[in-house]
Amino acid sequence: MEEKKYMNPYLAGTLLGLLLLATIYITGRGLGASGAVKSFTVGIVETAAPEHAHNNTFYTEYAKEHEGSPLMNWLVFEVVGVLIGGFISGLISNRLNLKLEYGPRSKPNIRIAGALIGGLLFGFGAQLGRGCTSGSALSGMAVLSAGGLITMMAIFGGAYMFAYFFRKLWI
Amino acid sequence: MGPLVPDVVGPELNYIAALIIGIFFGVILEQAGFSTSKKLVGLFYGYDFTVLRVFFTAGIVAMIGVIAFEHFGLLDISLTYINPTFLWSAIVGGLIMGLGFVIGGFCPGTSICAAAIGKIDAMIFVAGSFIGVFIFAEGYPIWEGLYKAESWGNVRVFELLGMQQTVFAFILTAIALSMFWMVSIIENKVNGIKKPVFRFTPYYVTLGIIGFALSVSAFVLTERKDHLQDLVSDKDFVNSYHLKSMSADELAYRLMKNDNRLQIIDFRLPVEFKKESLPGSISFTFDNLFEKEPGRILNIRHKINLFAAEDEFQERQLAIVANKLGFKNIVILEGGLNKFKEEILMFDKTLVASNKREEDTYRFRTKASSIIPVLIKENKSSEPVKKTQKRIIGGC
Repeated sequence: MEEKKYMNPYLAGTLLGLLLLATIYITGRGLGASGAVKSFTVGIVETAAPEHAHNNTFYTEYAKEHEGSPLMNWLVFEVVGVLIGGFISGLISNRLNLKLEYGPRSKPNIRIAGALIGGLLFGFGAQLGRGCTSGSALSGMAVLSAGGLITMMAIFGGAYMFAYFFRKLWI
Repeated sequence: MGPLVPDVVGPELNYIAALIIGIFFGVILEQAGFSTSKKLVGLFYGYDFTVLRVFFTAGIVAMIGVIAFEHFGLLDISLTYINPTFLWSAIVGGLIMGLGFVIGGFCPGTSICAAAIGKIDAMIFVAGSFIGVFIFAEGYPIWEGLYKAESWGNVRVFELLGMQQTVFAFILTAIALSMFWMVSIIENKVNGIKKPVFRFTPYYVTLGIIGFALSVSAFVLTERKDHLQDLVSDKDFVNSYHLKSMSADELAYRLMKNDNRLQIIDFRLPVEFKKESLPGSISFTFDNLFEKEPGRILNIRHKINLFAAEDEFQERQLAIVANKLGFKNIVILEGGLNKFKEEILMFDKTLVASNKREEDTYRFRTKASSIIPVLIKENKSSEPVKKTQKRIIGGC
């Protein structure tokens, strides 16, 4: 069967905006993603090397801010939802298949390295910037947080700045 | 009043809400096409601006929704998470994320969504982001200085620019709409299509109208606080507004009887309140009227809320605002606390009555002027109303 067409971007945007609004109304906070990665990482380190976690300021500061297990975290539940939702949507629209996507002039190995380095940079940057595109830029824009909007401009500005140097990966 | 957490939605239900919200989030991201890196990076090379359209439409809709919810008193913004501003880490972190975006082709949310439908590159990206967080954690002392530098608190951008929220919202919406138009031109050029940017089909016309209505609605939704403050700055309006009132004598009588239905809401400055206050009174500020938790005090059943301030005009202003906000059982003190002081606390005992009614009144006031100061002294004034609810912790 053929893959279904994507939703109109303005319609998708409106739905996403309404979802974000509902999230803020119900929970008093916005959407997020990188925070769950952080919770998982903290959880893994605390289990694998409790001694080490005890001596590192990052983990102790995290433990001070978040009570209980790092996996009992709002964003962890939300991200599990994203996985389920993404899967359901892919199932409905016939887009489920194991696939490595890369640009016409790129190679699988380059794509794998790019994805790993890109993920690493994004994970690092999201910690420094206190949130990623969802948690800081989008949710920050909804409540007009100065920091959120600055991060948003830096993400998109930075991406445009560096895009030229990596054009061979994509076009 | 929102946020519904933690009163209406408890911690366990909140996790379920998170799961359901996440499912919708995942469906929308996937349906919008965010599950493929080719579509995501299209924005940086000009061949596909889907991300920009979805992102800014969502941002504008949510922003105007938040403003509207605040306007209609559905959301207490002082309890809502506002991403804190740390200038340097926001800029440097953002630039690093931008670099990660063009190299990796995803952002964390979209990578999770793409991994769910089997994109191997997305799974690798997710693994990479774990390593990124781990490196940040391990080297934390090295960048802790940068991470915490230039902390501006939960500042909102229009405050920073000294602008009204509505004006900023309008400008941002206008920018987004013109961006949508511009990127369509760029997209056509890059892809070599000669499709008109705006076609007069019912679909596009509706879209344009909705966009325009959204941008203009920002002006209609003035901040309720400002609007009400404007309203009560009109002297004639304030003085002719019908309000229930209580005389100084009646207040004195109720104080002496220790009437527990009476709830005195004291709007003097907290400093004044601390120095001296009437028994059973609660210190309030104008801002408290708009907040979730203090507002609840005014809604306790069978209580009479006596608004007390130095003078009656101020009480009238506050009571009108409270009325407009939907609070019932609001009564003002005739002549304000100044009159109460003059007639009761510092009652001139040498006054001579000219008729029977005056004689009764004077006798009562003489008695009250000796009892109530004692009550005030005994009333080691309670602390000003404290908000026990704190801003919700959010963010990544």
